[in-house]
Amino acid sequence: MANESAISVRGLTKTYTSKANGSKVAVAGIDLEVTKGEIFAILGPNGAGKTTTVEILEGYRDRDGGEVKVLGKDPAKLGTDSWAWRNRIGIVLQSTNDSQDLSVSETVSHFANYYSNPRDSDSVIHDVGLDEKKNARIQSLSGGQRRRLDVALGIIGNPEILFLDEPTTGFDPEARRAFWDLIRNLRDEGRTILLTTHYLDEAEALADRVAVIVDGKIVEVSTPGNLGGRNTAKARISWLENGSKQEIESDFPAAEVAKLSAKFGGEVPELTVIRPSLEDIYLKMIGQL
Amino acid sequence: MRPNIIKVGFLRGGLEIKQFMRQRESVVFTLLFPVMLLFIFGSVFKGDLAPGVTFSQYFVAGMIASGLVNTGFQQLAIMIPIERDFGTLKRLRGTPVSPISYFIGKAILVFTAMIVQVGALMAFGAALFGLNLPNTTERWLRFAWLILLGSICSTILGIAFSAVPKNGRGASAVVSPIVIILQFFSGVFFVFSTLPQWMQQFAALFPLKWLTQGMRSVFLPESFATQEVAKSWEIPQIAIVLLVWTVLGTILALKSFRWSDK
Repeated sequence: MANESAISVRGLTKTYTSKANGSKVAVAGIDLEVTKGEIFAILGPNGAGKTTTVEILEGYRDRDGGEVKVLGKDPAKLGTDSWAWRNRIGIVLQSTNDSQDLSVSETVSHFANYYSNPRDSDSVIHDVGLDEKKNARIQSLSGGQRRRLDVALGIIGNPEILFLDEPTTGFDPEARRAFWDLIRNLRDEGRTILLTTHYLDEAEALADRVAVIVDGKIVEVSTPGNLGGRNTAKARISWLENGSKQEIESDFPAAEVAKLSAKFGGEVPELTVIRPSLEDIYLKMIGQL
Repeated sequence: MRPNIIKVGFLRGGLEIKQFMRQRESVVFTLLFPVMLLFIFGSVFKGDLAPGVTFSQYFVAGMIASGLVNTGFQQLAIMIPIERDFGTLKRLRGTPVSPISYFIGKAILVFTAMIVQVGALMAFGAALFGLNLPNTTERWLRFAWLILLGSICSTILGIAFSAVPKNGRGASAVVSPIVIILQFFSGVFFVFSTLPQWMQQFAALFPLKWLTQGMRSVFLPESFATQEVAKSWEIPQIAIVLLVWTVLGTILALKSFRWSDK
């Protein structure tokens, strides 16, 4: 069904208090609506509250306030039915270091036993690209392979929603691209994917929609192409005239350049036309520019 | 439909055993440490405690009983906080698996390790120190239920206690002293009836004293029962104490068990 909500969050808040550090507001009132079948990215710098938010949605953490519904259930009030809810979600945590002494296929096929409607473990191992490492011990895997195994364990139960917390941290560029393809395929199978990342290019490459989170607040939700009004931002045109630099902003840069060209009778000295890059917009949003 | 909790527990048991067997250090420690202790004590104390009862014979009973405490309670109360640190439990928490399945898996691991450990201890004792093995079917049966119930009791208490250490690094320092003190108080290293009365009474509150006594009833001649503090093996009392602790431990474990750090 189109536009059906997979995750719905209203006014979510969470504050950590510790004796050593006093209290720190991790999540300061977040609203989110994730539609079934989309890849939704939560983008933000380290410490912005991404993991806290996701772990509340996954049922790992209590919240202080607000309403949360994941697949129609409140993760903080699952009661005796919690298995049925967990049966429908898949979780890829930020960092894991377990089951070192087992092989890839032993681990994946074992986890299949936990679910009522698991996928075939061989085909899951194939999908995440670990065919060659099937019989290898987990301790011998590289960081990227380890992460692929984490995804395999996240999807073995055939989940409707897959949570991915900073899935490609520490990957080399080639491994990241391969990983992105894997995630897109999972979306194309009809799964909803919620991922957190602090990489702008990852959100841009993968997400159908992005929420930018800064200091526990969402500053914008949009498609990657429209982020920060990028699509409508004015272009800046600059050139050299009478020995000094001239600059104008315009919604119609091509027309301005044509006028200038006519004025100068051809080439315009030191002409540049700049649209703000996504990176500029993002850095401005998170207060780094 | 939900996968069967007990079946998943047994599958977890298989996986736990596989992981255990692949950690050479833990296998060597679990299997060889009791044998080494028997070798040391058996070599030092050569005398007889009673006609036909060597110290080794007495000590093997204590070693098997404390093996149950080491392999179950001590091992799990240290290992589970480490599994929390490594994220093993956090990952499980995110799946539909029941804590009961996890508990069953641990109990199967402990029971299996015990069987192997007891086998090694008896073979070594019989070969080098003239250990007499149980000589009646009744004794073998009693031996079997003591190992089974002892494993379950020790496992569940280890799980319950695993909530106490804050993390894996500190776990051993919290758990090991408790086990060592109980071993001294419960008549593992010394003849129980020669211990001060307050020590005996304190030890009687905990399962190890009763397990040790039960193992003596399996390995020592019937006549030795008169040398016990109660002048009898007190078999029904042993069963009751172990069952009470198992029930208590289960309630505690279900209440206190944490999948991850707070």
